[in-house]
Amino acid sequence: MRKLFPHPYLSVTLFVAWILLVNSAALGSALVALVLAAALPHVTAAYWPGRAHIRHPLALARYVALVLWDVLTANIHVARLILFTPADQLQSAWISVPVDLQSPEALALLAGTITLTPGTLTAEFSADSKTLLIHALHAPDPDAIRDDIKSRYEARLKRIFA
Amino acid sequence: MSLLLETCISLLLVIGGLFGLIGSFGLLKLKTPMQRLHAPTKATTLGVGATLLAAAIAMYWQTGSASWQVVMISVFLFLTAPVSALYLAKTHLHLGKDPLPPTSTKADWAGKRR
Repeated sequence: MRKLFPHPYLSVTLFVAWILLVNSAALGSALVALVLAAALPHVTAAYWPGRAHIRHPLALARYVALVLWDVLTANIHVARLILFTPADQLQSAWISVPVDLQSPEALALLAGTITLTPGTLTAEFSADSKTLLIHALHAPDPDAIRDDIKSRYEARLKRIFA
Repeated sequence: MSLLLETCISLLLVIGGLFGLIGSFGLLKLKTPMQRLHAPTKATTLGVGATLLAAAIAMYWQTGSASWQVVMISVFLFLTAPVSALYLAKTHLHLGKDPLPPTSTKADWAGKRR
Protein backbone atom coordinates (compact mmCIF):
# COMPACT_ATOMS: atom_id res chain seq x y z
CA MET A 1 0.00 0.00 0.00
CA ARG A 2 2.75 2.45 1.02
CA LYS A 3 4.64 1.65 -2.21
CA LEU A 4 1.58 2.25 -4.38
CA PHE A 5 0.43 5.37 -2.50
CA PRO A 6 3.52 7.06 -1.03
CA HIS A 7 1.49 10.20 -0.23
CA PRO A 8 -1.97 9.11 0.96
CA TYR A 9 -3.31 12.66 1.53
CA LEU A 10 -2.26 13.70 -1.98
CA SER A 11 -3.81 10.58 -3.51
CA VAL A 12 -7.13 11.11 -1.69
CA THR A 13 -7.15 14.78 -2.76
CA LEU A 14 -6.47 13.85 -6.40
CA PHE A 15 -9.17 11.17 -6.34
CA VAL A 16 -11.81 13.52 -4.89
CA ALA A 17 -10.75 16.41 -7.14
CA TRP A 18 -11.13 14.26 -10.27
CA ILE A 19 -14.57 12.96 -9.22
CA LEU A 20 -15.70 16.55 -8.57
CA LEU A 21 -14.23 17.87 -11.83
CA VAL A 22 -16.03 15.33 -14.03
CA ASN A 23 -19.07 15.78 -11.74
CA SER A 24 -19.96 12.11 -11.85
CA ALA A 25 -19.36 9.18 -9.52
CA ALA A 26 -19.85 6.53 -12.23
CA LEU A 27 -17.55 3.50 -12.21
CA GLY A 28 -15.62 4.74 -15.25
CA SER A 29 -14.67 8.10 -13.70
CA ALA A 30 -13.84 6.40 -10.39
CA LEU A 31 -11.40 4.11 -12.22
CA VAL A 32 -9.72 7.04 -14.00
CA ALA A 33 -9.55 8.86 -10.66
CA LEU A 34 -7.91 5.82 -9.05
CA VAL A 35 -5.29 5.60 -11.82
CA LEU A 36 -4.53 9.33 -11.45
CA ALA A 37 -4.37 9.07 -7.65
CA ALA A 38 -1.81 6.26 -8.00
CA ALA A 39 0.26 7.70 -10.87
CA LEU A 40 0.53 11.45 -10.18
CA PRO A 41 2.28 11.21 -6.77
CA HIS A 42 4.94 9.01 -8.41
CA VAL A 43 5.39 11.34 -11.39
CA THR A 44 5.77 14.37 -9.08
CA ALA A 45 7.73 12.51 -6.36
CA ALA A 46 10.73 14.84 -6.76
CA TYR A 47 8.64 17.75 -5.40
CA TRP A 48 7.49 15.87 -2.29
CA PRO A 49 10.65 15.00 -0.36
CA GLY A 50 8.85 14.83 3.02
CA ARG A 51 5.43 13.85 4.19
CA ALA A 52 2.96 16.13 5.95
CA HIS A 53 2.03 15.08 9.47
CA ILE A 54 -1.36 16.47 10.42
CA ARG A 55 -1.87 15.93 14.13
CA HIS A 56 -5.31 17.50 14.46
CA PRO A 57 -7.48 17.22 11.33
CA LEU A 58 -10.40 18.82 13.18
CA ALA A 59 -8.25 21.81 14.13
CA LEU A 60 -7.29 22.11 10.44
CA ALA A 61 -10.98 22.31 9.47
CA ARG A 62 -11.51 25.00 12.12
CA TYR A 63 -8.47 26.84 10.76
CA VAL A 64 -9.94 26.85 7.23
CA ALA A 65 -13.22 28.24 8.59
CA LEU A 66 -11.32 30.95 10.49
CA VAL A 67 -9.37 31.95 7.36
CA LEU A 68 -12.55 32.10 5.25
CA TRP A 69 -14.15 34.38 7.85
CA ASP A 70 -11.03 36.58 7.94
CA VAL A 71 -11.02 36.81 4.12
CA LEU A 72 -14.58 38.12 4.33
CA THR A 73 -14.03 40.77 7.02
CA ALA A 74 -10.62 41.85 5.74
CA ASN A 75 -11.94 42.28 2.18
CA ILE A 76 -14.43 44.83 3.48
CA HIS A 77 -11.63 46.52 5.42
CA VAL A 78 -9.45 46.83 2.29
CA ALA A 79 -12.40 47.99 0.16
CA ARG A 80 -12.91 50.84 2.63
CA LEU A 81 -9.20 51.68 2.50
CA ILE A 82 -9.29 51.84 -1.31
CA LEU A 83 -12.47 53.91 -1.45
CA PHE A 84 -12.10 56.33 1.44
CA THR A 85 -8.39 56.73 2.24
CA PRO A 86 -6.43 59.12 0.01
CA ALA A 87 -3.60 57.29 -1.75
CA ASP A 88 -0.90 59.49 -0.22
CA GLN A 89 -2.12 58.72 3.30
CA LEU A 90 -1.72 54.95 2.95
CA GLN A 91 1.22 53.86 5.09
CA SER A 92 2.47 50.78 3.27
CA ALA A 93 5.24 48.89 4.98
CA TRP A 94 7.54 45.90 4.65
CA ILE A 95 7.29 43.74 7.74
CA SER A 96 9.71 41.02 8.75
CA VAL A 97 7.91 38.18 10.56
CA PRO A 98 10.04 35.61 12.41
CA VAL A 99 8.45 32.13 12.27
CA ASP A 100 9.40 28.87 13.90
CA LEU A 101 7.31 26.38 11.92
CA GLN A 102 9.29 23.28 11.02
CA SER A 103 7.25 21.60 8.30
CA PRO A 104 7.37 23.14 4.80
CA GLU A 105 3.66 22.38 4.38
CA ALA A 106 2.79 24.50 7.42
CA LEU A 107 5.03 27.33 6.13
CA ALA A 108 3.36 27.25 2.71
CA LEU A 109 -0.06 27.32 4.37
CA LEU A 110 0.93 30.30 6.53
CA ALA A 111 2.31 32.18 3.49
CA GLY A 112 -0.87 31.47 1.53
CA THR A 113 -3.06 32.56 4.45
CA ILE A 114 -1.20 35.87 4.74
CA THR A 115 -1.66 36.57 1.02
CA LEU A 116 -5.34 35.58 0.99
CA THR A 117 -6.27 37.73 3.97
CA PRO A 118 -6.45 41.14 2.33
CA GLY A 119 -4.12 43.91 3.36
CA THR A 120 -1.08 41.68 3.69
CA LEU A 121 1.00 39.80 1.14
CA THR A 122 3.82 37.30 1.48
CA ALA A 123 6.70 38.44 -0.73
CA GLU A 124 9.79 36.49 0.28
CA PHE A 125 11.35 33.93 2.62
CA SER A 126 14.73 34.16 4.26
CA ALA A 127 17.30 31.65 3.02
CA ASP A 128 16.88 29.51 6.16
CA SER A 129 13.04 29.74 6.08
CA LYS A 130 12.99 31.30 9.55
CA THR A 131 11.61 34.67 8.47
CA LEU A 132 8.78 35.76 6.19
CA LEU A 133 8.85 39.10 4.40
CA ILE A 134 5.34 40.49 4.08
CA HIS A 135 4.01 43.69 2.57
CA ALA A 136 1.12 45.48 4.26
CA LEU A 137 -1.10 47.88 2.32
CA HIS A 138 -1.84 50.09 5.30
CA ALA A 139 0.16 49.56 8.47
CA PRO A 140 0.15 52.46 10.93
CA ASP A 141 1.48 49.95 13.48
CA PRO A 142 3.61 47.24 11.76
CA ASP A 143 4.39 45.45 15.05
CA ALA A 144 0.69 44.87 15.70
CA ILE A 145 0.28 43.16 12.30
CA ARG A 146 3.30 40.96 13.00
CA ASP A 147 1.99 39.93 16.43
CA ASP A 148 -1.48 39.34 15.00
CA ILE A 149 -0.12 36.93 12.36
CA LYS A 150 1.93 35.09 14.97
CA SER A 151 -0.85 34.67 17.50
CA ARG A 152 -3.79 34.21 15.13
CA TYR A 153 -2.33 31.91 12.44
CA GLU A 154 1.13 30.65 13.34
CA ALA A 155 0.16 29.41 16.80
CA ARG A 156 -2.74 27.40 15.33
CA LEU A 157 -0.62 25.95 12.51
CA LYS A 158 2.05 24.93 15.02
CA ARG A 159 -0.58 22.90 16.87
CA ILE A 160 -1.99 21.30 13.70
CA PHE A 161 1.29 20.16 12.15
CA ALA A 162 3.60 17.95 14.14
CA MET B 1 -37.79 30.29 -9.21
CA SER B 2 -38.89 31.62 -5.86
CA LEU B 3 -38.52 35.28 -5.04
CA LEU B 4 -36.33 34.58 -2.02
CA LEU B 5 -33.82 32.60 -4.06
CA GLU B 6 -33.75 35.17 -6.83
CA THR B 7 -33.06 37.87 -4.24
CA CYS B 8 -30.21 35.81 -2.77
CA ILE B 9 -28.63 35.23 -6.18
CA SER B 10 -28.98 38.88 -7.21
CA LEU B 11 -27.49 40.03 -3.93
CA LEU B 12 -24.49 37.73 -4.35
CA LEU B 13 -23.99 38.91 -7.95
CA VAL B 14 -24.12 42.55 -6.88
CA ILE B 15 -21.64 41.92 -4.04
CA GLY B 16 -19.32 40.05 -6.43
CA GLY B 17 -19.50 42.79 -9.05
CA LEU B 18 -18.99 45.50 -6.46
CA PHE B 19 -15.81 43.94 -5.06
CA GLY B 20 -14.50 43.30 -8.57
CA LEU B 21 -15.07 46.96 -9.35
CA ILE B 22 -13.42 48.15 -6.12
CA GLY B 23 -10.42 45.91 -6.84
CA SER B 24 -10.04 47.38 -10.33
CA PHE B 25 -10.47 50.89 -8.95
CA GLY B 26 -7.70 50.15 -6.45
CA LEU B 27 -5.46 49.10 -9.34
CA LEU B 28 -6.06 52.56 -10.83
CA LYS B 29 -5.77 54.57 -7.62
CA LEU B 30 -2.86 53.03 -5.74
CA LYS B 31 0.60 54.45 -6.37
CA THR B 32 3.33 51.80 -6.03
CA PRO B 33 3.59 48.37 -7.72
CA MET B 34 3.47 46.55 -4.37
CA GLN B 35 0.32 48.44 -3.31
CA ARG B 36 -1.31 47.64 -6.64
CA LEU B 37 -0.54 43.97 -6.17
CA HIS B 38 -2.97 43.98 -3.23
CA ALA B 39 -5.98 44.86 -5.40
CA PRO B 40 -6.18 41.86 -7.81
CA THR B 41 -5.31 39.19 -5.20
CA LYS B 42 -8.24 40.46 -3.16
CA ALA B 43 -10.84 40.86 -5.90
CA THR B 44 -10.46 37.17 -6.70
CA THR B 45 -11.20 36.05 -3.16
CA LEU B 46 -14.47 37.78 -2.31
CA GLY B 47 -15.60 39.07 -5.72
CA VAL B 48 -15.17 35.83 -7.63
CA GLY B 49 -16.24 33.83 -4.58
CA ALA B 50 -19.60 35.59 -4.37
CA THR B 51 -20.18 35.31 -8.14
CA LEU B 52 -19.39 31.58 -8.11
CA LEU B 53 -21.65 31.01 -5.12
CA ALA B 54 -24.48 32.71 -7.05
CA ALA B 55 -23.78 30.45 -10.04
CA ALA B 56 -23.79 27.36 -7.81
CA ILE B 57 -27.15 28.25 -6.24
CA ALA B 58 -28.71 29.04 -9.64
CA MET B 59 -27.47 25.75 -11.12
CA TYR B 60 -28.63 23.76 -8.12
CA TRP B 61 -32.06 25.33 -8.42
CA GLN B 62 -32.39 24.67 -12.14
CA THR B 63 -30.89 21.19 -12.49
CA GLY B 64 -31.50 19.87 -8.99
CA SER B 65 -27.94 18.56 -8.68
CA ALA B 66 -24.98 20.33 -7.15
CA SER B 67 -22.41 21.66 -9.62
CA TRP B 68 -19.12 20.73 -8.03
CA GLN B 69 -17.09 22.27 -10.85
CA VAL B 70 -18.06 25.70 -9.52
CA VAL B 71 -16.74 24.77 -6.09
CA MET B 72 -13.53 23.47 -7.67
CA ILE B 73 -13.01 26.78 -9.52
CA SER B 74 -13.00 28.67 -6.23
CA VAL B 75 -10.69 26.07 -4.63
CA PHE B 76 -8.21 26.42 -7.50
CA LEU B 77 -8.44 30.21 -7.29
CA PHE B 78 -7.61 30.10 -3.58
CA LEU B 79 -4.67 27.80 -4.34
CA THR B 80 -3.21 29.76 -7.26
CA ALA B 81 -3.78 33.40 -6.19
CA PRO B 82 -1.11 33.34 -3.42
CA VAL B 83 1.41 31.64 -5.73
CA SER B 84 1.06 34.15 -8.57
CA ALA B 85 1.12 37.03 -6.07
CA LEU B 86 4.31 35.63 -4.51
CA TYR B 87 6.01 35.43 -7.90
CA LEU B 88 4.96 38.96 -8.88
CA ALA B 89 6.29 40.24 -5.54
CA LYS B 90 9.57 38.33 -5.96
CA THR B 91 10.00 39.79 -9.45
CA HIS B 92 9.47 43.26 -8.03
CA LEU B 93 11.97 42.61 -5.22
CA HIS B 94 14.52 41.49 -7.78
CA LEU B 95 14.71 45.08 -9.03
CA GLY B 96 16.24 45.86 -5.62
CA LYS B 97 14.56 49.26 -5.28
CA ASP B 98 12.81 48.77 -1.95
CA PRO B 99 14.74 48.98 1.33
CA LEU B 100 13.91 45.74 3.16
CA PRO B 101 13.80 45.15 6.93
CA PRO B 102 16.40 42.75 8.36
CA THR B 103 15.61 39.05 8.83
CA SER B 104 15.31 37.61 12.33
CA THR B 105 18.34 35.32 11.87
CA LYS B 106 21.76 35.61 10.22
CA ALA B 107 20.51 34.24 6.90
CA ASP B 108 19.58 36.90 4.36
CA TRP B 109 16.41 37.02 2.21
CA ALA B 110 16.44 34.06 -0.17
CA GLY B 111 16.20 35.92 -3.48
CA LYS B 112 18.51 38.81 -2.61
CA ARG B 113 20.98 39.88 -5.28
CA ARG B 114 24.58 39.49 -4.29
